[in-house]
Amino acid sequence: MALWGMVIDLDRCTGCQACVMACKAENNIPAVGMKEAHKERVISWMQVLTETGEDQHGAKMRFIPRPCLQCDDPPCTKVCPVYATYRNPEGIVAQIYARCIGCRFCMAACPYNAKYFNWHTYQKEAPGQNPDVSLREKGVVEKCTFCHHRLQRARERASAEKREFDPAEYVPACAEACPAQAIVFGDLSDPASEVAKLAHSPRAFRLLEELGTKPKVFYLTEGEAGG
Amino acid sequence: MADAGDPHEEILLAPIERTGPGFYWAVALLGVLIAWGAVAYWAQFTSGLGVTGLHQPVGWGFYVTNFVFFIGISHAGTLISAILRLSKAEWRRPITRMAEVITCMVIFIGAGQILVDLGRPDRIMNVIRHGRYQSPLLWDATSISAYLTASLTYLYLPMIPDIAILRDRLGKRKLLYSVLALGWTGTEHQQRVLNRAIAVMAVLVIPIAVSVHSVVSFVFSMTLQPSWHSTIFGPYFVVGAIFSGIAGLIVTMIIFRRAYRLHYYLKPIHFRYLGQLLLIMALLWFYFTFAEYLTGYYGAEPEELKVFWAKFSGPFWPFFWTMVLCNFAIPLLCLVNLKRHTVGKVLVASLSVLLGMWLERFIIVVPTLSLPRLPFPEGIYWPTWVEWGETAGSFGLFALFYLLFTKFFPIVSIWEIREGREMALREVEERIASYLPGGAEGES
Repeated sequence: MALWGMVIDLDRCTGCQACVMACKAENNIPAVGMKEAHKERVISWMQVLTETGEDQHGAKMRFIPRPCLQCDDPPCTKVCPVYATYRNPEGIVAQIYARCIGCRFCMAACPYNAKYFNWHTYQKEAPGQNPDVSLREKGVVEKCTFCHHRLQRARERASAEKREFDPAEYVPACAEACPAQAIVFGDLSDPASEVAKLAHSPRAFRLLEELGTKPKVFYLTEGEAGG
Repeated sequence: MADAGDPHEEILLAPIERTGPGFYWAVALLGVLIAWGAVAYWAQFTSGLGVTGLHQPVGWGFYVTNFVFFIGISHAGTLISAILRLSKAEWRRPITRMAEVITCMVIFIGAGQILVDLGRPDRIMNVIRHGRYQSPLLWDATSISAYLTASLTYLYLPMIPDIAILRDRLGKRKLLYSVLALGWTGTEHQQRVLNRAIAVMAVLVIPIAVSVHSVVSFVFSMTLQPSWHSTIFGPYFVVGAIFSGIAGLIVTMIIFRRAYRLHYYLKPIHFRYLGQLLLIMALLWFYFTFAEYLTGYYGAEPEELKVFWAKFSGPFWPFFWTMVLCNFAIPLLCLVNLKRHTVGKVLVASLSVLLGMWLERFIIVVPTLSLPRLPFPEGIYWPTWVEWGETAGSFGLFALFYLLFTKFFPIVSIWEIREGREMALREVEERIASYLPGGAEGES
């Protein structure tokens, strides 16, 4: 069974937000409008966090792209009272929009703030939307699923062509769009895959690893190439 | 049942027999509050939770605060009534009914807050259809349902003899009272069965009440979030619940004492005793708060400290220090000496505690959410008219339910007062004699 994971090289990330925009286009993420944005209600499954730190050369901006980290021990799924969010066998944390009751307990429990709530009906059927991704109604929580529909599509294509499914056919929109190739995606359970090798590199770390959530998104520390 | 009774009993039946203009004024006032709440909820139901002030890091605000607060108030009934009954505190007799009614009414309002808080209230049945028992919200649903069932039974059982009095004495609502009285005639056998049932329920209701507020706290403490993930939360919430429950009971007693002229039944001594209980709870509350915050501060875990300082001197300081003032300083000043102006002082302390305990719940829910661990924009939460309306409507609904109850049933237990007068005096004398060395029972 595959275990889908991601490695993000912080040295390569320029903070260009291409991943953010690709994710929004791919997953029909609504633009909430200026008024709602001022109320801190922007929905962004992939979000580039910025941190200003100091080094010997003075102020330094640090970018941390943050999708859902697809924890192997996710705090959000345990607290959901209706099984609307769960970890599927391949390690992707899924959300059933048609079942979610909107209690927002998963949002309160997620230490990465990776879950988003539909405060209003933000989206309606419109041309140019991705037909593979369902529209979310008001009052439900939504989240990144590593573009799970792309996995399904790749599997269906392989089975239609009567051949084995190749993990290389499945790449989430953010990884595909990154111009600096900072995002590497693949099967962590395959030791030969690039993503598994990078995840074991000495530069690799995970966000808030001390919490024991076991994220499947790894980061590579920055500052190794610079000097 | 003989009608000879006490002429003062008429006072207890008067609100049921006659309705004065004061009642209609009160209903009109509460109606305004409830209408505001209804309009607010309708706005929220049709256009989504976006009409509230909630936002991305702070997904829980007034509604969850109200939920914890109301469920806390509900502990008035159990703790006062069940514990005092079990410990044979004779002064409880005119108070128990009032406390039990608070419990039953407020559980409905408290559980309703969760419904108001949901993004999709139309899917509430999913909790039963797809319930996941790993979630503390399911523990809540279970234990609150058990609590509601037990409390309703515990309210109803001691009402049966009083309903029989109403059935025999009152001209109106004959059918209702006849059905509810369950054929009570006051035979010795009936009394024995009833007393036994009441005693069983009193024992049963205490652990259920403790479980209710523990699991309410587990909604927070089971998460990994700073300032929530704390082992003390269960008992801390139970103590806070009893604390606010007593305060709520005192305020209710004072209002109805004035409105229904119950001075003959509710004497300064009752308020002095309840005031002393409130004082003990204030000290206990302070101890728990101190232990909780000292642990966080001394451990100095950075995420914990961020929330700690946000409360102490950051954006939440006005709420935090008002809470300390209301829950500790003011009650202490009012309650240490209750020799004079008892009722007034106890009232001030109780109102202060009610405000303080609401703030305590708020200061637990919001600061943790508004300070995410990762570098996100931090946000303070400002409620809109919708949340104020819903809150006002909830208080209005509670008061209206309570008021309507008093128009149907006596708010002071008639038979228990009678029993106290006829039997308890002798019983207490015998009991005290048995405590003393060489007492009647003479056990070695």
